Amino acid sequence: MTPLHLSHFTASSCLGCGLEATLTALRQQRGGLAPCHFETIGDLDTQVGEVLAVDDAPLPAPLAEYDCRNNRLAFLGLQQDGFRSAVAAAIARHGRRRVGILLGTSTAGILQTEQAYRRRDPHTGALPDDFIYRTTHNTYSVADFVRQYFRLEGPAVVVSTACSSSAKVFASAARLLAAGVIDAAIVGGVDSLCLTTLYGFNALELLSPDPCRPFDRDRKGLSIGEAAAFALLERTGPSLDADAVLLLGTGESSDAYHMSAPHPEGLGARMAMAAALQSAGLQAADIDYINLHGTATPSNDAAEGKAVMALFGARTPCSSTKGATGHTLGAAGGLEAVISALALQQAFLPGGINTLRVDPATPIQYLTANRDVAPRRVMSNSFGFGGTNCSLVLGRAG
Amino acid sequence: MTSLATATLCGWLDGVGVLGPGLDNWAAAQPILAGETDYQPRPVVVPPPAALPPPERRRVGLAVKVALAVAQEAITNAGLDAKHLVAVFSSSGADGDNCDAICQMLASEDRHISPTRFHNSVHNASAGYWGIACGAMTPATVLCAYDGSFGAGLLEAMTQVTVEGVGAVLVTYDAPNPQPLHAKCPLPAAFGLALALMPHRGPHSLACLCIDLVESPLHRVANPDLELLRRQIPSARGLPLLQWLARGADGRVILEYLEPLSLAVDVQPCR
Repeated sequence: MTPLHLSHFTASSCLGCGLEATLTALRQQRGGLAPCHFETIGDLDTQVGEVLAVDDAPLPAPLAEYDCRNNRLAFLGLQQDGFRSAVAAAIARHGRRRVGILLGTSTAGILQTEQAYRRRDPHTGALPDDFIYRTTHNTYSVADFVRQYFRLEGPAVVVSTACSSSAKVFASAARLLAAGVIDAAIVGGVDSLCLTTLYGFNALELLSPDPCRPFDRDRKGLSIGEAAAFALLERTGPSLDADAVLLLGTGESSDAYHMSAPHPEGLGARMAMAAALQSAGLQAADIDYINLHGTATPSNDAAEGKAVMALFGARTPCSSTKGATGHTLGAAGGLEAVISALALQQAFLPGGINTLRVDPATPIQYLTANRDVAPRRVMSNSFGFGGTNCSLVLGRAG
Repeated sequence: MTSLATATLCGWLDGVGVLGPGLDNWAAAQPILAGETDYQPRPVVVPPPAALPPPERRRVGLAVKVALAVAQEAITNAGLDAKHLVAVFSSSGADGDNCDAICQMLASEDRHISPTRFHNSVHNASAGYWGIACGAMTPATVLCAYDGSFGAGLLEAMTQVTVEGVGAVLVTYDAPNPQPLHAKCPLPAAFGLALALMPHRGPHSLACLCIDLVESPLHRVANPDLELLRRQIPSARGLPLLQWLARGADGRVILEYLEPLSLAVDVQPCR
């Protein structure tokens, strides 16, 4: 593919709101997971990566009908790092109809519906009058909210493929740009804590009681987090700073194996990584760091480890940053693309925290401490339920 | 009309699948849409997902069954193999029955939902089961743009065809919500519409389709009952295109997308 410029990007998660807080936490190898007391939950022995500032981020009054945790998190994320101004400048450059919105989410505002079900009319069973499905729970609501917020009039869509959602938006946006349908895209992901995912992963016995330990020999499952991550994707201009971050390649595949378990040999994951390399015109040896999907469930890490070994061997440094952020599901691809972009700009490889003894069954070069090495090209992996896989390749302009 | 794309996106339509009330499949729907046969509204008859292994077959909900049925019909009509196609699924809301069951459990004293309920709750359940049913390891995406979901799906599928140079099956589908969700998001019936789209003309090609984003009034379906379906069900927003095809008409059909934009499809039938 023709490289695209991430002309602006931002992320908010349990590590903090904005790039500086995110970078500081990564530099200090500090995580944001804490015991789960979310909402009315008192019976789940697990950790969550909650963004506490969400509760203090009401939406602007004209957009009140969009009010739900997911859109509040989106709004909070858009206020960081001058992202709002960058979008305004892109609109001024390209026009309201030439800036697309492609966002990933798995939860959207379903928490709103979960809470509305508790307030059903005791006689009729009807949901309360103040509950609005379209602008909160519906999968599209976050893209619609962002479109209304920026008064955009161009293409918009939500990609909802579970935990690969906000990686796949980069691929779809790149196609729209290549086709000439748009000149810039707001891409990213927003996923927020809710009861469905917490009790759902509990039902699958995949929640770790301790902060998750990706690729640890004794890993016990995942920790759920929430995040809003955004990037502005544009064609490259005539001159780019050396530390400009480019999207170099995207690769997508399907496992065709099981709804909630990965292909045991990581075949789909391997195909996505290989496709991303091919799309970027690169070899495995050209990749300096892999931000792994690394959810810390026994089967996911084993499958991804096999896929990485098959394609990269043990020579490529890699880590999962989910020990710090938790697994932010539909926002994970976007969040980890931003973390990868920070690694490229700030010249370091983030070590995976909480991992004490790397699983000897996966002899990849897993980093448990930060490394002061300046990567030129990195890969970010995102895989999900339904056997959906997406890998991105990002690189420095110079 | 102002064209907004700098490049027009063109591909070849090789197969159609459709399922809705009184529309059993593409062969049966064509004379109805062409105005040669009366439309008889009746409940949707959804075929069982025979391609799935028995355990998965028992687990899928109505929305996924509809998606799988029309997807299979489109590629069968096109004489194509799913293993060589990317898949683009698009639904305004997917599985409302499953969502209702989960929300009821979560509002009760015992919040322990079942693992199957949970993995069926993802918007991409359709793509997951599709991959399992046909062994396709090709890319699959799953989209939502509420009432614009058909247009968003067609746009993604056509960019796959033109930019990646691959064949794509577009599958748009909706299923009605049970109460109390129905009151907040009323969909009168299940509906599915699938198009098999190819980068080059082949022996099964029905028409060349070129799409563009425009500002223009929408086309309607001539039959008033089917027009009502178009207005009420997001995946049925593609019905005017099927009417064009059924009549062998050429020219530009305007479909709903996202205000203020509509999706123009220039149809050139293969004769």
